[in-house]
Amino acid sequence: MHDPSSKRRPPHALWRWALIGVAMAGSAAAFGYVGGWLAPGRLTPNSLVDALQANGGDHPGYRRNHAKGICVAGHFESSGLLAPYSSSPLFQPGNTPLVGRLAIPGGNPYAPDSSAPIRSFALRFDLPDGEQWRTGMNAMPVFPVSTPEAFYELQLASHPLPDTGKPDPERMKAFFTTHPETTAFLAWVKTAHPSASYATETYNSLNAFYLRDAGGQRHAVRWRVEPEGAIPAASGPAAGDTDYLAADLRQRLGAGPLRWKLVMTLAGPGDPVDDAASVWPDGRQEVVAGTVVIDGEQAQDSGPCRDVNYDPTVLPRGIEVSGDPLLAARSAAYAESYLRRTSEEGHLPGTESPKEAAR
Amino acid sequence: MNGQPMFHPFARVMHWLMATMILAMLFIGAGMVSTVSEKHQWLVGIHKPLGAAVFVLALVRLGFRLTHPAPPLPADLPLWQKLAAHASHWLLYALMLAMPLIGWGMLSAGGYPVTLGGGIQLPSILPANPALFAWLRESHRYLAWLFFLTFLAHMGAALMHGLIRRDGVLRSMTVARRD
Repeated sequence: MHDPSSKRRPPHALWRWALIGVAMAGSAAAFGYVGGWLAPGRLTPNSLVDALQANGGDHPGYRRNHAKGICVAGHFESSGLLAPYSSSPLFQPGNTPLVGRLAIPGGNPYAPDSSAPIRSFALRFDLPDGEQWRTGMNAMPVFPVSTPEAFYELQLASHPLPDTGKPDPERMKAFFTTHPETTAFLAWVKTAHPSASYATETYNSLNAFYLRDAGGQRHAVRWRVEPEGAIPAASGPAAGDTDYLAADLRQRLGAGPLRWKLVMTLAGPGDPVDDAASVWPDGRQEVVAGTVVIDGEQAQDSGPCRDVNYDPTVLPRGIEVSGDPLLAARSAAYAESYLRRTSEEGHLPGTESPKEAAR
Repeated sequence: MNGQPMFHPFARVMHWLMATMILAMLFIGAGMVSTVSEKHQWLVGIHKPLGAAVFVLALVRLGFRLTHPAPPLPADLPLWQKLAAHASHWLLYALMLAMPLIGWGMLSAGGYPVTLGGGIQLPSILPANPALFAWLRESHRYLAWLFFLTFLAHMGAALMHGLIRRDGVLRSMTVARRD
């Protein structure tokens, strides 16, 4: 009896084994490259969120940016005027419930409200058929940068120095001189002051999107929510009060709902739809899609906005992403931030637990 | 030689079709979470409907496999290799079914609408819950690793059968020898 395996011993066995090894190692290397482990130069959601976290500090359970905020609830009253431009049932006349969040930028949930001259407003519209529209808007007319790479570099440049707690001015200056797209933002930010109220602000989508009408035509737009009617200015915070925005909001909501008009601006010919750092000229056609009505607020630690990732690429049919490279980056980075904070919330192994009742 | 044991032609077509889809899924998944570029958007857009398709095809294939037994492994194959072959095949089936379900459940628990593109929307299969989301999301990641490693072992073993042992096992899943 012959040993059957020795009978089958193939010619050039070593080469055959080598071929198998190459096939396996090649597959593993390809996977490693695509997954980013063998491509250290790639800007990943991880590195972007790491940079935000390095600037804001470690605050388990909180968002890695716009960490300080408050949950709001209400509904959207559609005017029906946008229906010719978007097929979404959201824009047919009628009401749609929404869950929102008002916040300030930065990764520190304990930062004073005056730490940035910008406020943000995020909304999730819950359509009857289960579709959602999520949008994150900022009270500024233009975004500082056009690309995720530049946003990442801006985070690195604005890393606070250990001794002053503020960014290195030289480094910031170097960043802005090498990024001329920041000109419009810089011109605005010089005149900007931290508002004493969320209610008086106008919040802009900054990124452009497409509306898709029932006929299949698409229309490039940006949108904003602006206070409806005359809003009394806040009296201004008392000296030393660093949490005045939430208190002001509570006080106003105690007196009645707050209303913002949702205004869609249609792009004119040649307006950039892929660059959030450039302003569209005045005089573009505008459509008032309806009114965002906010009638309740809740602390973010326990409110319904806590577990919402306001990913601006979650869109109903009738609204679509544009070619703006920041949109994909926001989606990818928000997902990473959401995973980190929900992991902390869920006490997953290897994560820090949120500090209970820290405030 | 006519007694050459072969998989049923339907099983072979399904095997190679799903091998392509699953390998694409693993690469798309790994790629989409590692980039902030526009690729992220379109990779996510492919990942969800392709995952749903893998789930449906895996059910069909499992049903076929349970009613049409695979050709026997060579009698002289060492016992540990037989065990490894059976275990890895059932592990692959389990992952084909579990990964899409975990993905679906994870989006549900995260409160996301589960859209497959083209206006197709799946219902939520779990209540919105952040801890559940995080557990499922991390399971999806680590099981994807396990999936890829099992694929590597499967491919290595298939090549070993085809190139070293030359015992007809690889051939039983490809095309019959023309004698």
